Amino acid sequence: MRKLMSNRLVVPAFLALLVVALAFVMPSNFYFRVAALVWISALAVIGLNLLMGFAGQVSLGHAGFFGLGAYSVAILPAQFGLHPVIALIAGAAGCALLAFVVGRPILRLKGHYLAVATLGFGILVSMVISNEAWLTGGPDGMPVSRLTLFGWRARGADTWYWITGGLMVVGALLAVNLVASPTGRALRALHDSEVAARVVGVDVARYKLIVFVISAIYASVAGSALALVNGFITPDAAGFLHSIQLVTMVVLGGMGSILGSVVGAAVLVVLPQVLTVFHEYEHLMLGFMMMAFMILLRSGIVPSLSTLIAGRRA
Amino acid sequence: MAEFLQFCASGLTVGAVYALVALGFTIIYNASDVVNFAQGEFVMIGGMTTVFATAAGVPLPAAVLIAILAAMAIGLLLHRLAIEPARGASPVTLIIITIGASIFLRGLAQIVFDKQFHSLPSFSGDTPINIGGALVLPQSFWVLGGALVIVIALWAFFNRTVIGKAVLATAANRLAARLVGINTSFVIGLSFVLSAAIGAIAGILVTPITLTSYDIGTLLALKGFAAAMLGGMGNPIGAIIGGLLVGLLEAFGAGYISSTYKDAMAFIVILAVLFVMPCGLLGRASVERV
Amino acid sequence: MANFWNKIGRAAATSVAVLALGAAAHAADTIKIGSSLSMTGPASFLGDPEGKTLEMYVEEINANGGVNGKQLELVVYDDAADANSARTFATRLVEDDEVIAVVGGSTTGATMAMVPVFEDAGIPFISLAGAVVIIDPVKEYVFKTPHTDRMACEKIFEDMKKNDISKIGMISGTGGFGKSMRGQCMDVAGNYGIEILADETYGPKDADMTPQLTKIKGTHGIQAVVNPGFGQGPAIVTRNYRQLGIDVPLYQSHGVASKSFIDLAGEAAEGVRLPAAALLVAEKLPDDDPQKAVVTGYKTKYEETTGEPVSTFGGHAYDGLMILVEAMKRAGSEDPAAIRDEIEKTQGFIGTGGTVNMSAEDHLGLDLSAFKMLEIKDGDWTIVN
Repeated sequence: MRKLMSNRLVVPAFLALLVVALAFVMPSNFYFRVAALVWISALAVIGLNLLMGFAGQVSLGHAGFFGLGAYSVAILPAQFGLHPVIALIAGAAGCALLAFVVGRPILRLKGHYLAVATLGFGILVSMVISNEAWLTGGPDGMPVSRLTLFGWRARGADTWYWITGGLMVVGALLAVNLVASPTGRALRALHDSEVAARVVGVDVARYKLIVFVISAIYASVAGSALALVNGFITPDAAGFLHSIQLVTMVVLGGMGSILGSVVGAAVLVVLPQVLTVFHEYEHLMLGFMMMAFMILLRSGIVPSLSTLIAGRRA
Repeated sequence: MAEFLQFCASGLTVGAVYALVALGFTIIYNASDVVNFAQGEFVMIGGMTTVFATAAGVPLPAAVLIAILAAMAIGLLLHRLAIEPARGASPVTLIIITIGASIFLRGLAQIVFDKQFHSLPSFSGDTPINIGGALVLPQSFWVLGGALVIVIALWAFFNRTVIGKAVLATAANRLAARLVGINTSFVIGLSFVLSAAIGAIAGILVTPITLTSYDIGTLLALKGFAAAMLGGMGNPIGAIIGGLLVGLLEAFGAGYISSTYKDAMAFIVILAVLFVMPCGLLGRASVERV
Repeated sequence: MANFWNKIGRAAATSVAVLALGAAAHAADTIKIGSSLSMTGPASFLGDPEGKTLEMYVEEINANGGVNGKQLELVVYDDAADANSARTFATRLVEDDEVIAVVGGSTTGATMAMVPVFEDAGIPFISLAGAVVIIDPVKEYVFKTPHTDRMACEKIFEDMKKNDISKIGMISGTGGFGKSMRGQCMDVAGNYGIEILADETYGPKDADMTPQLTKIKGTHGIQAVVNPGFGQGPAIVTRNYRQLGIDVPLYQSHGVASKSFIDLAGEAAEGVRLPAAALLVAEKLPDDDPQKAVVTGYKTKYEETTGEPVSTFGGHAYDGLMILVEAMKRAGSEDPAAIRDEIEKTQGFIGTGGTVNMSAEDHLGLDLSAFKMLEIKDGDWTIVN
């Protein structure tokens, strides 16, 4: 942790290197696609980790923001002819505003009450998306127009690998800098003890709200990216199960670890692809491995392993 | 009036199941601070085991017993193999373990059982009973009666038996309980077994009305969790009230406002309640210790 | 249980073998066809029989010498009805498994997410999902086998017209199938002079629909009720319908596709009408019906192999696979484009869903005659018309 603060570029630089290095060993477009999905999930998970790992606030409704981001790049270009990039920014701004408005009352709640309130919020969003079929295509989803930049059309898994990888690295860079800033220190104080933070003069409510808004923006951008990559979007992206998946990625990789966010996302995106060899035993294995990981590496993969390695060295 | 009563009957029947799931959440939470998202799977195990046992020719009462015992055994295994080894881990880590457990149990059920929907014959026929114009299935009374019996039995267990009091003591203060010689690991294990049994009974009682399949657990866990929070986490009476309330809200939402957004009604009310009462209807505010 | 560990062991061994052999496993003497189905998750009642059907028949075809002298190799993935996973598996089938054709896509959402991948790669794709958007507008490489929801609405309304019913109530599931069919029914109702007086919905996992049905019951002048939806929903609606003593006719959709509906709904199913493929009434077809041999053959094989009642969903997979195999035989090659052209030329193919006549403008090839109007009597299907 201290090392991370002393040099804020280590983790983002490592991730950037990883993106570049992996590109050379990818055997086919399928691997590029899976990697792009990892980067997209990682982006959302980094944002959620800021909220969970640094500010200590849980959200079971983050897929709501993810879904809104995804549907804004689907709906805004189709209905109003906006450029997808503008739609992405508009979606992120809309999510920030929404997070700001709902965050005030919701973040007053604590622990499991906060969890159920965010859960309720997420479910309301996904219900609207799946029911208002005239706008969203309903449960069967809707197509997303392809991204064109200056006459160049983004298609093909390898192109998206670079775009999403870039987004993820930028997201990690911003997150690392946020954590090392005075705001980040206030957040960590908040995580350790809200009362203590309040006593030393941290405006607890304000900082919680700031990080909630930031994490909503991360989720929204990630959602927009997924919609653009897929060219098609269904309400599953906004659903409760996706929210749970994002939280699981945070905890699995390690709360409070930016690198852990990427690892958590990678494990949960890649694992189902590997487990297909088990056919009908796939879900059995997935559940088993989730339990095993959390029992053996209870602080999350990255923090637990680094403690383990540090302990060995000492 | 007949309409109103009909909505009530629907809401209370569905709500009773939510209430029992919420009660299961509460018992485990009180004993161990674990929010067990595999609670819905116990309901599934109860229903599915009974269906498959009766299909194999086992008489219904014996099948019911087998189903409850099976769920209790799985509850115990869940505690011994997954929760106990992670003792001392953060609450959110434990939650992810229970989510893993629920995926595992669903995966197991789709192999041991199948992926079809199943039903059980109603315990006392399908002829609806007319109550003030509302037509109510006899099975609804089984569900409500069963829930009532469970609540009374639990109350007696917690207040009239030494083991029950040990559970309450553990819930109140784990360290103090250990100091006075209570085996807290046993108590937590017991709470898992109890919750599993309650879930299984709910699953058995409700299968003749709502049908069952290997993946009904997720939604029940979601609704049960919401109900437990609405009532106030850790309060058994709150869990019952919360569950019945969520059921009623859905029924009245569908009947009077919009069937498309009936689930939304329940969550809007939950959000509204929490904004006014941040610890649910009956939860107590806890002071954070520094 | 021993069997269980055996299977795990075998699966682990295969995975190691696959990893070790890698590309070397791509033997040239097999033809690879792919599939992504919702074998688990909210639509597992579709994907489960579809997957079993594909595996069962690929085995049979191989036992009989394969296609064009080569063995078929089936690659199946489980997308759990999640569009994003389906999309990933589609890419995997094209890029990694290098399949030459795909039969799959249990839900409309999953199908539509996969369509761009197969269109871009030029791989023929026969979908098993319901909605009309899959083939309308026509996409070059995309076909489908199940009847469209629009056809089901038309068949139901035709029957209503015959019985002088003009004012109806609807109670639809909010899942993809129910939602899409509800829209199609609203669309074509006017053509049959049908007025929809009540329009209720229920969630795909709902356990009790009495509130919605109470409202319909209280709506004055309703002569019949239609219930678009599949899964356990229609069975619960039917039971609640009976519980509330509603006495106007109840029409279910083709989403009710197997005998298990009658088992689940019990006595409440008596008198329920629905449009369905001939597969459900295989034994009751007259001997001169062209479909008789196909549907009884499929039904017997499926029920003997799986021990479960046959469903029209599995039938869609049978039709898709057979249309593909015949096209491959006609094309005499493994060139995806040549196979696509032959699929489009499918004429007079007799499947479980009806007689298929495809063309450049019609990538489904079924008409209303493919549907039979059924009524449930004494716990069994009977043909009405």
